[in-house]
Amino acid sequence: MNIFTWMNDQLLRMQWLNDAVGAGVAAAGLDPASRIGASVQFFVYDVIKIFILLSVLIFSISYVQSYFPPERTRRILGGRSGIGANTLGALLGTITPFCSCSSIPLFIGFTAAGLPLGVTFSFLISSPLVDMASVILLASIFSWPIALAYVAVGLLVAIVGGTLIGKLGMESQVAAFVRNVPVTDSDEPMARAERVIFARDQVLDIVRKVWPYVLIGVGIGAAIHNWVPAEAISTLLGQDKWWAVPIATVLGIPMYADIFGTLPIAEALVARGVGLGTVLAFMMAVTALSLPSLILLKRVVKLPLLATFAGVVTAGILAIGFTFNVITHWFI
Amino acid sequence: MIIKILGSGCKKCVALGENAKVAAEAAGKQAEIVKITDFAEIAAYGVMSTPGLVVDEKVLSAGKVLSAEEIGRLL
Repeated sequence: MNIFTWMNDQLLRMQWLNDAVGAGVAAAGLDPASRIGASVQFFVYDVIKIFILLSVLIFSISYVQSYFPPERTRRILGGRSGIGANTLGALLGTITPFCSCSSIPLFIGFTAAGLPLGVTFSFLISSPLVDMASVILLASIFSWPIALAYVAVGLLVAIVGGTLIGKLGMESQVAAFVRNVPVTDSDEPMARAERVIFARDQVLDIVRKVWPYVLIGVGIGAAIHNWVPAEAISTLLGQDKWWAVPIATVLGIPMYADIFGTLPIAEALVARGVGLGTVLAFMMAVTALSLPSLILLKRVVKLPLLATFAGVVTAGILAIGFTFNVITHWFI
Repeated sequence: MIIKILGSGCKKCVALGENAKVAAEAAGKQAEIVKITDFAEIAAYGVMSTPGLVVDEKVLSAGKVLSAEEIGRLL
């Protein structure tokens, strides 16, 4: 075994933790090979692993993000257009600190500054979809090729989706007041100590916000792993079923969860033989589109633009799902 | 003085409002705290990340929950 594999197994996948939890389960008098024992082991191991990774990742990523406040992103994107601007918007979406409750002021701020609608949407699509933390978690749970493939297709959806929305010329679909908002530029530089505090606060904030989703997600994952019959899953979501991807997408859209909560479910589904494309479609639908955020967006854009946004993203997710199901064997 | 808290009413906005109140009391100033939840009004201050803190029509911070001491220093 080479050093890289060892580091990946022990540091990212935390094999040692799984072994330790297994030993603990056995010491508590449960057989780790039994259903209950295996469920308990999966639950404890996954919860601890996700919280360790989450804290370390959010801290380091927030530190980097503190260099890219929305004001700076807006300056970088200002005056650009075309596919290059969409690509840049999608890339900046992955590193600008973003919370769904800020998406509306951000949309207004970008649009008022005259950024093309398509570029703003590229940013808004990629921001929740391709989070840097989620990439490393995907590598931990699956593998690096899958994580990188996820980033690539996530960015592709954001770039193509934004470009399409831009081409449709729906500028008139933005609520009128948005254009009349003054643009002010106020970002004071942060000192290193401030960045550390910012990063620490982000960790506390995100952990406080996502822990219920993580527990529920891991719980569902443990149930899928050990209790739901394999036939039931393959009948509904099996690789040979054409409807697997649409079902996963439709189930995922109204759900609102953090990527950290959906990963354990994804992990368990893949272990049960569900196609990689189906699982990616589910994760993307949960994170990129959610009813609460669509309802918020409704306040600044008119219905046709909102429907176009949801339609374009859904179509992108479906395409990714079908494609990855065909090429699953490249990855697993 | 009038302290405005910009934000859609999330937990962070509530926390910022409480801290501002404490800070104003500590500074011995009469302050009226106003919550601004309308997106058009929030955006009119040029704030892109909530919660925002506005004192007497001047934006003091955006996107973070300042502690009462930090607000006290800005007042």
